[in-house]
Amino acid sequence: MIEDVSLYEILTVTSILFFIGVYGFITRKNLISILISVELLLNASVVNFVAINKYLYPDVLQGVVFSIFIIAVAAAETALAVAIIINLYRQISSVEVKDVETMKY
Amino acid sequence: MNYAEILLIPFIPLAVFLVLGIFYNRIKPAVSGIIGVLGLLISTLLSIKVAYQYFFVLGKDGGAYQAIVHKTAWMNFTETLRIDMGVLLDPISIMMLLVVSIVSLMVHIYSRGYMKGDPGYTKFFAFLSLFTFSMYGLVLATNLFQIYIFWELVGVSSYLLIGFYYTKPSAVAAAKKAFIVTRFADLGFLIGILIIGFYTGTYDFELLNDPQGSPLLSWAASSFFGMSVLSWGLLLIFLGGAGKSAMFPLHIWLPDAMEGPTPVSALIHAATMVVAGVYLVARLFPMYYFVEDGIILQVVAFVGAFSALFAAIIAITQNDIKRVLAYSTMSQLAYMMLALGVSGYDGEAGLGYMASMFHLFTHAMFKALLFLCAGSVIHAVHSNYLKDMGGLRKHMPITHITFLIAALAIAGIPPLAGFWSKDEILAAVYEKDMLLYTIALLVAGLTAFYMFRIYFGIFWKKDPEYATTPHESPATMTIPLIILAIFSALAGFVPFGQYISADRIALDVHINVPLAITAVLMGIAGIGLAWLFYKKETDLPDRLAASLGKLYTWSYHKFYIDEVYLFVTRKVLFKRVAEPAAKFDRQVVDGTMVGIGNSTVRTSEKIKAMQSGKVQDYAMAFVAGVLVIVIFFVYYLTQ
Amino acid sequence: MERIIFYILAFVIIAFAVASVNSRRMLRSVVYLAFVLISIAGFFFLIDYNLLAAIQLTVYAGGIIVLIIFSVLLVHHIEMRLEMASIAKRITTAVLCLVGMGVFIYTIHSFEFEMVENTKSTTTQDIGDRLLSYGDGGFILPFEVISILLLAAMIGAIVIAKGTKLMDKNS
Repeated sequence: MIEDVSLYEILTVTSILFFIGVYGFITRKNLISILISVELLLNASVVNFVAINKYLYPDVLQGVVFSIFIIAVAAAETALAVAIIINLYRQISSVEVKDVETMKY
Repeated sequence: MNYAEILLIPFIPLAVFLVLGIFYNRIKPAVSGIIGVLGLLISTLLSIKVAYQYFFVLGKDGGAYQAIVHKTAWMNFTETLRIDMGVLLDPISIMMLLVVSIVSLMVHIYSRGYMKGDPGYTKFFAFLSLFTFSMYGLVLATNLFQIYIFWELVGVSSYLLIGFYYTKPSAVAAAKKAFIVTRFADLGFLIGILIIGFYTGTYDFELLNDPQGSPLLSWAASSFFGMSVLSWGLLLIFLGGAGKSAMFPLHIWLPDAMEGPTPVSALIHAATMVVAGVYLVARLFPMYYFVEDGIILQVVAFVGAFSALFAAIIAITQNDIKRVLAYSTMSQLAYMMLALGVSGYDGEAGLGYMASMFHLFTHAMFKALLFLCAGSVIHAVHSNYLKDMGGLRKHMPITHITFLIAALAIAGIPPLAGFWSKDEILAAVYEKDMLLYTIALLVAGLTAFYMFRIYFGIFWKKDPEYATTPHESPATMTIPLIILAIFSALAGFVPFGQYISADRIALDVHINVPLAITAVLMGIAGIGLAWLFYKKETDLPDRLAASLGKLYTWSYHKFYIDEVYLFVTRKVLFKRVAEPAAKFDRQVVDGTMVGIGNSTVRTSEKIKAMQSGKVQDYAMAFVAGVLVIVIFFVYYLTQ
Repeated sequence: MERIIFYILAFVIIAFAVASVNSRRMLRSVVYLAFVLISIAGFFFLIDYNLLAAIQLTVYAGGIIVLIIFSVLLVHHIEMRLEMASIAKRITTAVLCLVGMGVFIYTIHSFEFEMVENTKSTTTQDIGDRLLSYGDGGFILPFEVISILLLAAMIGAIVIAKGTKLMDKNS
């Protein structure tokens, strides 16, 4: 619990962070940038978990434990994403989204 | 009597058909011919055995022949209404069994010579066997539905055999014509079957034909347009029979069916399949007689009389010998129908029924013989037309003699077979109606005339210029001719009334001497006239044709019945009904469907840009959608 | 005092997040992200979850950022400017995000949270006990699952990154 800081302020900050991530995810044209945006999204949710745990249920540690899991999953996800990006770069020499649209139509 | 033996009779030809059909390419033609003949020989011997046992050992019980029925239920609809499969042995079915067996065997033997060297030799025998199987099934049927099934099967076999020379457009057209016309008639047959099944609650011949049975007494129950419903059903069934037996006005397919190989014409379109219509009426004869006092029988009699005269007149003017024989067949079938139509049920009154069956029997022999002789002649001169023939008696003695026997038989000259049966028919008609008798007598004279017209045209007259001298056909073809000639000569001496009569009680038949003399004189007059006209080249026929004017042209063009049909179908049905319907179908029905398809395509062309394949676009849509749903549910709905 | 630090952190987080998603240079973008992550670690310190802050620093700011920088260096020229989305699209997205933000913040502020007063600090041992306990409220099963997931991700990453060329060499 932080002196004089209410939960509302923390949640406001995380909401803003979350939508900055969404904005980045939608507008960026580069796979690595998209990955960065995803990291922002994940961090926003991690902070949410932690803050709510601390402010509302300080005796149970679910939020903290979940945050740890989220960080672990994020690490795994990043490793895989980087592997995919490198492989893709090997094959088509590009990591631009516009070159990766076999799903089209 | 052994049930298995009876079953073998139809199933041997079926087996032959399957063997020849499956191993079509592996069997040498010579072998396939022998397989076909042997299979049918066994069936024939079994038929003779069954006939002997039935007529002389087992069949008679208390003075009357009893039907012997073996059947198993095939489909059950209600307690009483069901379709059985089985065999029904009674005098007429056994008589038909003999006719089919003998004629088919003769045709099989004959075809080995006639079809020699034909690329479709094996196929031909396979189809012949299929037809024989179907015909056996038809005559042995125990109920209306079974007879209908085999009825269609013989129709299919007939279609296949008429279109046997399928590279010839006229043969294909003839096959289609035969199939469509008989199919049209069979539609009536089917509706008739359904009506009778519905109102009597049974399809079984034995129950339907029982004079004291409940089905027959129920005819008065309901009426429809002035006749009882059962009468309508019987009329529709007669329509089916008329289609198969080429009664006016459904006869148009039979002359065209002569496009098939000649043995086929002999077997199917002279002796067996075309008599199926007569057989059907005879099979249901008690029903025809008892329902509403035989009102439909009058129809049968008049249709028969008219068709007989009509066909005989056309036959006089035709130049294709097979067509003459086809019209002759139609005329003789109509004779049988006429005899059935005037027949009564009990004792002496049932003479017409017996005469009809008798004529069916003798006609099968001599008409098959006529066709086979014609085949032999065609084989020799490679033409169907009278103008290409003449003087053949010197070149083909056996064919000549056998043809003469058959022609005398059909003309009703004693003591050949046709005399006896024709005399019975005339006697039966005489007792019923003078007008019909006059027509029948006239037809008898005409028959003798046109038959001897082609006889003199083929075997006498002077020789045309033959490219190669015609010579007698090989033994495989002449032996069946001789056998059938013997049958044609002697079949009349069978005491037919002892075995077959409407009420199945033996009937003593006497020759009515004055009537017989009249008929024979009529026949001799016809022959004499033909002798006068056609023995030598004279201009008499042409002068007569000229003096008859319109009548001759009309007859030559078969009274334009084909043209009437064409007019009705092409100009009326196709143009006024089918074309607007097709237009409606193409433009409105199809238009709607195509429109739906096109608008789908257009819409998808427009919206497929949304499927950009970019995850980000999807994510944007997703976020927007989530927001809309959140705003809607959380703020709008909870207010 | 803590309030001021919080506001500074919040400002740093938001500012660098915005910079990160708008920068046209890849590497800078990653570095801005690193600042965001470090600031969040600072926030964890502030909220008195030291272990979490340490994890955030080591795993995120240490591991993940390094990974991303590696991949950036492998696939990009350092001077390369990133292509940006069209103005229209950026504005649409921005409006969409602002609306979403508004909805979220409005919703959060219109909800009464039941705050619990406490000053108890959580020790690393508490978290460790909770993670490894199999009793009520224990997380031993997810813990094991996540370890398997990490293993699978590791193998998967190796296999994918190896690519076909290396596999051909093996065979």
